[in-house]
Amino acid sequence: MKPAPFDYEAPTTIADALKLLGGHEDARPIAGGQSLVPMLAFRLARPSLLVDLNRIPSLAGIEEKGGVLRIGAMTRQAAVLASDTVKHHAPLLIQALENVGHPPTRARGTIGGSCAHADPAAELPSAMVALDATMVIAASGGERRVPADDFFIGAFETVLQTGEILVALELPKQTGGSAFLEVSARKGDFGIVTVAARIAVKDGRCTDAALVLGGITERSVRCAQAEHILKEQGATPKAIDVALAALPLDTVTMDSRLASAAYRRRLIPELCRRAIEAATTSKVAL
Amino acid sequence: MTTRDVSFTLNGRPATLTVEPRQTLADAVRQHLGLTGTHLGCEHGVCGACTVLLDGDAIRGCLMLAVQAESLSITTIEGASPPEGLGVIQDAMQRHHALQCGFCSPGMVLALEALFAHTPCPGEDEIREAISGNLCRCTGYQPIVAAALSVAEKNRANLGAAAPSA
Repeated sequence: MKPAPFDYEAPTTIADALKLLGGHEDARPIAGGQSLVPMLAFRLARPSLLVDLNRIPSLAGIEEKGGVLRIGAMTRQAAVLASDTVKHHAPLLIQALENVGHPPTRARGTIGGSCAHADPAAELPSAMVALDATMVIAASGGERRVPADDFFIGAFETVLQTGEILVALELPKQTGGSAFLEVSARKGDFGIVTVAARIAVKDGRCTDAALVLGGITERSVRCAQAEHILKEQGATPKAIDVALAALPLDTVTMDSRLASAAYRRRLIPELCRRAIEAATTSKVAL
Repeated sequence: MTTRDVSFTLNGRPATLTVEPRQTLADAVRQHLGLTGTHLGCEHGVCGACTVLLDGDAIRGCLMLAVQAESLSITTIEGASPPEGLGVIQDAMQRHHALQCGFCSPGMVLALEALFAHTPCPGEDEIREAISGNLCRCTGYQPIVAAALSVAEKNRANLGAAAPSA
């Protein structure tokens, strides 16, 4: 339960961090450390160099500009949870964070760290997909921007290449009401099934819908067909029934000691129904 | 073996340690400073026994490296306890039988310290949320919650009594 030896650097600029990460064969960045340090302790991760991002001031902060909310990757989960700006701009992110860990893990854990770690049962990746977030990635050659839905590839796998750092998440202003629901063994645990729902209803019509499942397979799953039905037919009780019949239950592969795949398939429709209903009746401000 | 010097404020006093980068903050305060009030249960962030305060916030001492504490302020249970006798939360826990083996107690006390620092009169939900990351295998949590509620009640009475003259 003790990490294998590694070297340690704590750069103060993104440029220096990129240089360190690019200059070592198996260097790893460390953000809040709430997932990486356990992996070090179990020796599932054995980097030769740890590049600490905690001393880079430009990586943390919450800023709204021109209708886009930019959250620095190193912004603590607790800071995002306490932010009125986030609450008004993207309440779904707050709803998701309420399910992430506990006060002590949120005091260190970061928004970007959780996304870059990409645990298939983590809440934040699903929230990012449901909010149509853009992931801003820095490399020594410059920045690139990737939609959240393309950022996450599989279990603990993203498009991030060696030598790149996730620097910020950009969120458009949330349209519609939202809800984040999950079933987990204990409060604060990863979800057995998680559902992020964002539904915009205007003049009886559903103008936008996002429904994203987590914890069921290698990465978050966007329920495109169900979203399409809600947008076509409105978020009426009848349309919701039709949409629930079109959920991608065949994508469930997660089958663990905690919950079988069959159990997860049974949970999904009911959890989705509750999330859609909560999202359509919620005011945008929490 | 690479070692690093790290200087930080520990329990209100400056401390400088020479540590390996792989050493966690919880291990460092126990092994280098003999402050064994910080307990290590699971060593991977699940149990909360190693809780310490970082600039007033409760954090996991086993999920932060000692080298990361450079220039920060850390408080362990030794620093959160008065030189003699018991602190307010500790006293309430004793009166409510909120411990049996005592292994989780330092973490519980510090998790509650962090809560009371910004919420003097928390309700039961806030108390349960604050200690949700701390496992106790003896008490069933009820006496711990009762102890915390009694502190909240006392704070409410004190604040209420002060209100008319203010």
